[in-house]
Amino acid sequence: MDLMEQFPLIQLVNGEGKQLEENPFITIANAKRFYEQMLFSRMFDRKAVNLQRQGRIGTYAPFEGQEGAQIGSALALEDGDWMFPTYRDHAATAAFGHSLVNIFLYWKGCIEGCVPPEGKHIFPPSVPIASQILHATGTAWAEKKKGSDRVSLVYFGDGATSEGDFHEGLNFASVFQLPVVFFNQNNGYAISVPIERQMHSKTIAQKSLAYDIPGVRVDGNDVFAVYSETLKAVERARNGEGPTLIEAVTWRYGAHTTTDEPSKYRDQRESEQRRQSEDPISRVEKYLRAENSWDGHWEEELKKKAEERLQQAVTEMEKTKKSDEGLMFDHVFGTDVWPVQEQKERFFHKESER
Amino acid sequence: MSIAVNMKKLTMVQAITEALKVVLEEDESVLVLGEDVGRNGGVFRATDGLFEMFGDERVIDTPLAESGLIGTSIGLAMNGFKPIVEIQFLGFIYPGFNQLITHATRIRTRTQSRYTVPMTIRVPYGAGVRAPEIHSDSTEALFAHIPGLKVVVPSTPHDAKGLLISSIRDPDPVLFLEPMKMYRTGKGDVPNGSYTIPLGKGYRRRSGHDISLFAWGAMVNVAEEAAEKAAAKGMECDVIDLRSLYPLDKELIAESVQKTGRAVIVHEAPSSGGVGSEVISVINDTSFLYMKSPIKKVTGYDAPVPLFTLEDDYLPDANKVLRAIEEAVRF
Repeated sequence: MDLMEQFPLIQLVNGEGKQLEENPFITIANAKRFYEQMLFSRMFDRKAVNLQRQGRIGTYAPFEGQEGAQIGSALALEDGDWMFPTYRDHAATAAFGHSLVNIFLYWKGCIEGCVPPEGKHIFPPSVPIASQILHATGTAWAEKKKGSDRVSLVYFGDGATSEGDFHEGLNFASVFQLPVVFFNQNNGYAISVPIERQMHSKTIAQKSLAYDIPGVRVDGNDVFAVYSETLKAVERARNGEGPTLIEAVTWRYGAHTTTDEPSKYRDQRESEQRRQSEDPISRVEKYLRAENSWDGHWEEELKKKAEERLQQAVTEMEKTKKSDEGLMFDHVFGTDVWPVQEQKERFFHKESER
Repeated sequence: MSIAVNMKKLTMVQAITEALKVVLEEDESVLVLGEDVGRNGGVFRATDGLFEMFGDERVIDTPLAESGLIGTSIGLAMNGFKPIVEIQFLGFIYPGFNQLITHATRIRTRTQSRYTVPMTIRVPYGAGVRAPEIHSDSTEALFAHIPGLKVVVPSTPHDAKGLLISSIRDPDPVLFLEPMKMYRTGKGDVPNGSYTIPLGKGYRRRSGHDISLFAWGAMVNVAEEAAEKAAAKGMECDVIDLRSLYPLDKELIAESVQKTGRAVIVHEAPSSGGVGSEVISVINDTSFLYMKSPIKKVTGYDAPVPLFTLEDDYLPDANKVLRAIEEAVRF
């Protein structure tokens, strides 16, 4: 059987906002909930890019275009589950309950930004590619040993599937049948390298075959399909049926980070075309319009509320000029270790004067 | 250290098994993971019998993937367990190095102690047993250089058990290096039951006033042998087994050289960038004006550990150490 047939791109609502099949999750209420979260994420992302341009935060990795994949998957989790993001997954972490102030602080170069709110299992953004896949597998392993029904969901990109840690994570999860959802966002590019140079395989989903675990390929810009498929994977994990690999096919409209210029390695007209034809947010707007449920005032209210929320977070973030110097030393070990103590002492008594 | 009345004569590898048994019994959250650690009892038999005693939920044969093993153990450690990972040889740990240096040792700092990694990685290391290629590495300095990681090296069965129990109970990642050459080199008195030896503390093996010898792992015996030979020539050595390479026992190092005014550091790892250089730095910081002669190092060479026909040429031995002692004393 052809692999493209075996792993078809699952789509519930197409780029025109047309519902393609019956699904219990395609409701006006869900559409509005998804729309609100995605709109907020996009505004967050643009705010962060602007803050970087103004020198108010450091380098930032924008996710515009990937809101459907991130919101659809994050909303499928429950409190107590574990989320392992990369540095491009702030739509997901914010939707799962991370503090906006902390997300901004992270990009402002403050370690406090790595700390999730009390009771929320959100790991700091993983920088070395694919390495977090193993942590998600390990925490899921711990949950299984405890006999709980908590699951881990880990984000990673298309480039990560070339790394050994991706394969080792899938293999461990498969061997020990662990409650983990491997959520791949295939946005077509690892910085400048296109997916064709990353792999000869036709899909990422098919890599599940090697580990004999379920694999699905979903339109990552269709938030309904992402939500529905992630929820199925999460429920399988909760019920002790092991891991799933999800490939969410999406697109990053902009640069890899604010230090990069995408027109150097690809024709940005493609990003513009995709924005017209398959954008995750306007797709839901089109759906709501088709259902006669679109309300311009409602959208204006959402935008106003979002702007206020973002402004508040930025104001709060800017109260921290820099991290407290003690934070460099205080959490290296849980016990006093003399070289660290001695260096801290020296720093505060002799070396901290500017 | 608690007092234990009953002693047994054990090899180092048996003492390690005893330590694992103690912690597996006392703490349900302790897990042993690795390649061949289960039914086979480990390639050196360090986990012998544990699979039968504690079952495959706690003594776990994993797929053959060092990064996977260390990376998933980080997840287990962050979520309530205390994994003890066995890597078969130090030369095989490098695929897991990224997990160790970018995650295991940074998670406490990155999350400001919200998440921690109480994980012990046990690894046989060092040359001198005619092992195949890549099985004899002594790259402890790579690890002693990583912030957030403690590095521990026992040289006797007694210390192996006490230090391993301390390492497993420590709230942070510990690399526990087991000198392969010492695994079955004689038996020593090992107390029954539970006892600990604090991390970061060295031990004086022999007292002398003329020169300090600092060593760890299999090199401690080499230093002692050299001290015997030096004594025959009228030079008394203070022999210090450092036992922890991070953090070093600054007080003991300083106390010893302030008494002797001379030092030789012996390690089988390559000379440049080795832990010996850090010992010199501690002496420099604490005891500069006490020194009567330049500090000597007797080490492996800045060359890959050779295949075993040249192993004895590569390794420090008592004669090489004796020459360094004589040079320092006669300076």
